[in-house]
Amino acid sequence: MTAAVSFSGVSRHFGKVQAVDRVDLVVEPGEFFAMLGPSGSGKTTCLRLIAGFEQPDSGHIEIFGETAEGVPPYRRNVNTVFQDYALFPHFSILDNVAYGLMVKGIGKAERHRQAEEALALVKLPDYGARKPGQLSGGQRQRVALARALVNRPRVLLLDEPLGALDLKLRESMQEELKSLQRSLGITFIFVTHDQGEALSMADRVAVFNKGRIVQAGTPQEIYNRPKTRFVADFVGSSNVIDPDAMRYFGGEARCASLRPEAISLVRDGGVRAHVRSAAFLGAATRLGVTAGDVSLSVMLPAGQPVPEQGTEVGLTWAPGDVHYMDDAA
Amino acid sequence: MRSDTEATASLPLKIAAGAGIAFLHLPILLIFVYAFTTEEKSFQWPPPGLTLNWFSVAWNRPDVWQALSLSVKVASVATAIALLLGTLAAAAVSQTRFFGREAISLLVILPIALPGIITGIALRSAFSLADIPYSLWTIILGHGTFCVVVVYNNAVARFRRTSGSLIEASMDLGADGFQTFRHIILPNIATALLAGGMLAFALSFDEVIVTTFTGGQQATLPIWMLQELIRPRQRPVTNVVAVVVVLVTFLPILAAYYLTRDTDEIAGSGK
Amino acid sequence: MTGAFSQGVISARRAGLSGRLSDLFWRRPQLLLILMLTPPLLWLGIIYVGSLLALLAQSFFAIDDFSGLVTYELTLDTYRQLLNPANLDIILRTLVMAVAVTVASAFIAFPIAYYAARYAKGRWKAFFYLGVMMPLWSSYLVKVYAWKLILAKEGILTWIFARLHLSSVLDSVLALPVIGGNSLSVSYIGTFLVFVYIWLPYMILPTQAALERVPKTLVEASGDLGATPRQTFFTVLLPLALPGLVAGSIFTFSLTLGDYIIPQIIGSSRLFIGQAVYAQQGTAGNVPLAAAFSVVPIVIMGVYLAIAKRMGAFDAL
Repeated sequence: MTAAVSFSGVSRHFGKVQAVDRVDLVVEPGEFFAMLGPSGSGKTTCLRLIAGFEQPDSGHIEIFGETAEGVPPYRRNVNTVFQDYALFPHFSILDNVAYGLMVKGIGKAERHRQAEEALALVKLPDYGARKPGQLSGGQRQRVALARALVNRPRVLLLDEPLGALDLKLRESMQEELKSLQRSLGITFIFVTHDQGEALSMADRVAVFNKGRIVQAGTPQEIYNRPKTRFVADFVGSSNVIDPDAMRYFGGEARCASLRPEAISLVRDGGVRAHVRSAAFLGAATRLGVTAGDVSLSVMLPAGQPVPEQGTEVGLTWAPGDVHYMDDAA
Repeated sequence: MRSDTEATASLPLKIAAGAGIAFLHLPILLIFVYAFTTEEKSFQWPPPGLTLNWFSVAWNRPDVWQALSLSVKVASVATAIALLLGTLAAAAVSQTRFFGREAISLLVILPIALPGIITGIALRSAFSLADIPYSLWTIILGHGTFCVVVVYNNAVARFRRTSGSLIEASMDLGADGFQTFRHIILPNIATALLAGGMLAFALSFDEVIVTTFTGGQQATLPIWMLQELIRPRQRPVTNVVAVVVVLVTFLPILAAYYLTRDTDEIAGSGK
Repeated sequence: MTGAFSQGVISARRAGLSGRLSDLFWRRPQLLLILMLTPPLLWLGIIYVGSLLALLAQSFFAIDDFSGLVTYELTLDTYRQLLNPANLDIILRTLVMAVAVTVASAFIAFPIAYYAARYAKGRWKAFFYLGVMMPLWSSYLVKVYAWKLILAKEGILTWIFARLHLSSVLDSVLALPVIGGNSLSVSYIGTFLVFVYIWLPYMILPTQAALERVPKTLVEASGDLGATPRQTFFTVLLPLALPGLVAGSIFTFSLTLGDYIIPQIIGSSRLFIGQAVYAQQGTAGNVPLAAAFSVVPIVIMGVYLAIAKRMGAFDAL
């Protein structure tokens, strides 16, 4: 089966900045794929390379087996939901959604019918006559989604799709995007700097840093077995422990990650530590403790007594929960 | 609250601001009164009597009509040229980053930044060096040059405000360069161009300094007025023409203001 | 929405010239850029800059005293002529006028700009904006003409002074040496008034723009820290508005330097730079000297702009 999108050795620089540095990437058809990384890590440039707004300096890009270099965006059956939605302010919502069909030369009645359908799909059936300025942020995003989907793209690109929405809306939109993607079977590729979003929505995640992909895999793999210290720092709320500290804890002298929920408290024995802070999170309480000069966080399930600040406690964990990794970025 | 008390201006400030605005407007209003005066020979105040007579006298003066028609012709062609050149320069400067953008901006602004007399005398000596006889077109060459800047300023401001992602969105949805221009770029800059065009028209219609050098024996309306100011023939007719000129330039300015007021551009601030 | 995907992922180039050109421009954006830049560059470069350079070149030629024709040999004679006392007098007179006009404009403009920027809201804001824009854009000659009416001996100003029983004040002002005259319309005072009137909007707009950029919180912070409104004005607002005033002064200064119509219509018979340029190229037929004269405002403005730039005035334009 041909990949939906494949990069081999793709590089792109702007002036002296190497935005994308020899990236290899395969996105399978029908996948919900996330590109995760801090700003400036190259993820958005990769998205723009797929859309055709940027051209690679070197390397090769294929979309469903066809060469994409040198093909302008308007000849790629790939559509984008822009971060600022980029709705055309002088068109009604219906004409916005029908735009792609209009420039393809589809008649007015037919394109309006299809646009209505697309608006119904994103649950904005009666909004066609309004102007973009009259809609809320969440509604604009749905319009942007309908405007892209009406063209039946083979790949849908989403640039920080939930970035501008408030928390509540973001959560409901996450579920909606996910179910939309399942029912349509279209390959979705989205860019985000929010690790929670990437992990909860995507089938697979690629973590970007400094123009390179440092790890690609399922959310579980990324979360449980970060390959490098950067991934552990960026993706998890995991404790990242230095080689020296690991040896002090009685493990191998290598960099390791240890999830806060894998640590349990004991009265006697274990690694001795002092409680520094406690934050009540509802379903659990997060303790900040120091063992020697190492700071760790510990997740205490609800119902357990919370030790007072300054108390000495013992920490234990199963050796299998310690995940060793590269110390590199 | 402190900010509430600070939101009202002190009385001296109000008076100074109001007096300043009055200072700007009263002289122009005075012209309107003089257009109706019965006094022919001097600028006597208060007018000894009022009459509508001078409007019909001015109406029947062929030299006024000739000057008006020349002014309209010049302003129309100069506006068309300014629209074309100003839009092209603005599009080039704002759509792409390239070496020398600053130089282009400077080049466009220079004809209005340098005193008009320098532009005028430079063109005049160039015409005489190149043996070009004075004609409608020599006037238009000058006007076209300094009108570019108002269209350019309006268009650049609008291009800057039109998010680049709109153009990308259009291309992403399958529109090629020409379709994107027609359906997205043009509708978004149309009002800015209209406003710029009106300002260019007003600027050209009113221009006198450059025209004195490039017009030869031809008289545009401002040149006609200048001649009347230096060697008055019939003062009341000049009064009437002045009123007409004020009205003809006010309307495009008002229109340009309303076309661009929802945006943060300041139409005409580049005059 | 669930139809089968019949088309490939990359569609073929559109038929015809527009499809071909569209792809070409996308692939070579520089080509489009060159196409867009060529017409304005040709026009401004050849017609405008060409003429300007030709003019400047002429200042390095001189006129033959006997034939009255220009001799095309490089010489600095014309500049030597420019520096004779009579011409220096003209330059100095123009400079003094430009400074006086600029200072007066700044004083009148500031309250208007300050009120419009900090207190006017909604409708009043629009009123002030149009109130400045309309006079700015209304016909230059009409405005000059209006002042001829106002300043005439039989005009409204004389009448107002008479009504207020202040005619003697007006007469004593007119009796002053140098700046006085037969009537206001043939005195330096008249020239000065008209210059201030005509260029005032150019001072208001950048000053207002600079004042509007001063964050409200800054003024509140100053008040909060115990400064009196007076202290706040002099220590916070005025320094921040200064680039705007300097930007405005670029206009008032440059426009006064180059104008030849206002002093010709309202003022004494003594010349300003603009009039000298006009007279030299016209009646005197000495184009090289006219060219040299027009270099003066360019040089003065060059120096002025360099200073203004260091004061950050360009950000306020």
